Amino acid sequence: MAAVECIEILSPGLQTTVQDLGRFGFGRYGVAPSGALDAFAFRIGNLLVDNPENQACLETTLLGLRVKALTDVLIAVTGANLQPRVDKRPLEMWCSHVLKQGEILSFIGPLSGCRSYIALGGGIDVPPVLGSKSTSLPSGFGGFEGKALEAGAILFSDSPHAKLVVSQRKFEPKWIPTYPGKWVLRVIWGPQDDEFTEQGRQTFLKSSYQVSSESDRTGIRLDGPIIQRKADIPDSIISEGQISGNIQVPGDGKPIIILGETVSGGYRKIATVISADLPLLGQIRPGDEISFASVSLGEAYQVLRKMESRIRVLKTSCRLMMKNPEK
Amino acid sequence: MLYDKPVYRLMADRALLVELGDEISPSVNKRVRELFVSLDQQGITGVIDLIPSYRSVLVMYDPLQISISELENLIAKTHKSMDPAQIPGPKTIDIPVVYGDDYGPDLEWVAEYHNIAPQEVIRLHSEHTYQVYMIGFTSGFPYLGEVPGALFTPRRETPRTHVPKGSVAIAQKQTGIYPVQSPGGWHIIGWTPVTLFDPQADPPSLLEMGDRVRFHAITAEEMVKWQP
Repeated sequence: MAAVECIEILSPGLQTTVQDLGRFGFGRYGVAPSGALDAFAFRIGNLLVDNPENQACLETTLLGLRVKALTDVLIAVTGANLQPRVDKRPLEMWCSHVLKQGEILSFIGPLSGCRSYIALGGGIDVPPVLGSKSTSLPSGFGGFEGKALEAGAILFSDSPHAKLVVSQRKFEPKWIPTYPGKWVLRVIWGPQDDEFTEQGRQTFLKSSYQVSSESDRTGIRLDGPIIQRKADIPDSIISEGQISGNIQVPGDGKPIIILGETVSGGYRKIATVISADLPLLGQIRPGDEISFASVSLGEAYQVLRKMESRIRVLKTSCRLMMKNPEK
Repeated sequence: MLYDKPVYRLMADRALLVELGDEISPSVNKRVRELFVSLDQQGITGVIDLIPSYRSVLVMYDPLQISISELENLIAKTHKSMDPAQIPGPKTIDIPVVYGDDYGPDLEWVAEYHNIAPQEVIRLHSEHTYQVYMIGFTSGFPYLGEVPGALFTPRRETPRTHVPKGSVAIAQKQTGIYPVQSPGGWHIIGWTPVTLFDPQADPPSLLEMGDRVRFHAITAEEMVKWQP
């Protein structure tokens, strides 16, 4: 494997970080997973450029970054539609392309969704820290020097030229997710739904919540009707482990959807977003409207398996294309 | 109170919260550590992370690799059969602290709040051996309990946006050390030169849940000469 200077960051936009699927196994030391918030778009991006699913990619937020190719490299842009351009030409998303040396990839701004993923054939060559290349912004390690990318940063890739021979890949258009701005997130009650009043639970299910501008990679803060907890219990609980997708209700009664930058917390969690809807959390942006629908564990497994089968279909077709390169 | 049997709470289709008691206490926390270590030693296929805390272990799993009923059975069996004698004991770590002045900007406030001398706050804080109830909040942040009753202090009304790495702080019945610069609402009474979290080290955290911690006061001059 040869590391090659691959792209230069001309402008990082609002926020661009290096992420993979996250850092697991160190929760006991307070180390949070971090990782791509929309893991579905992230995995598809990698497969389109013939990478393993967990290879590091760029995650760019809302306004998008500007990068210059320092060598020919296979790329794919997935996730939010931030209107990618190569030089002045629109770039088709969910599809692989060769970005030629000297060409500039940029974004006009968000049409739908919040975070785009830029996969590079050969990945991003940064040292793994605690088994992952994801950037931990709160603790300042991992990714590119432990922080969000800045103008002038040069990213290396492992043997990007080896991927240039791969024929163009496209994700099945009917399976490309849409990011409507009005979301119905599927949840399973708990772990502490029994500590809210029946009225509080109904408020949670029947209300529409607006995403606050204070949302970031640590959590999605919601404005809307207050969720009432049972009388005579304190507003916090004994701190315990928590996961991305937990919907916590702090003392003020306004829910916050936890994302992957913390491992513990001291507020009650009324419900938890199911695994299949977890990638959507990465595409929610300030001002969006959210409501919640309760589903059973069985339904959650069913939709998760459906999502995984779509990834499997793409993987199979990639393998077939490799076997029959003329097709 | 320690529960006879674990109480299970689901976090959707990918994590199970296993509660072993209903309070913050050394005995509940000890039991949590025993279950955590026993589960960790088994290396259960499909379990992707374990997060022990005051009174529970959070078991994160891949639902495509292990079913919830299988996992719950394994945990119940482990809980029933685990042998505390097989669990390695916790370690005890000494942490040097420069108390007060710029190192501990809230020491005076805490002393005034309790109507005692700053020296008395230092004495009370450093004469006790603490238990690491959990690591959380940020990478490597130890929640240490409990501080002597005379030091129970409410959190700051306004949290700081930047608490320096190494700050030793107290809030309510607990004390802790900020391993990385972060926001924080606890009262900073001192600073330690000890590195608590190093992502390049194995393990990355000096302290683990269940460990014992003792603080001892050093002067600013001693701190300069302090070697790990």
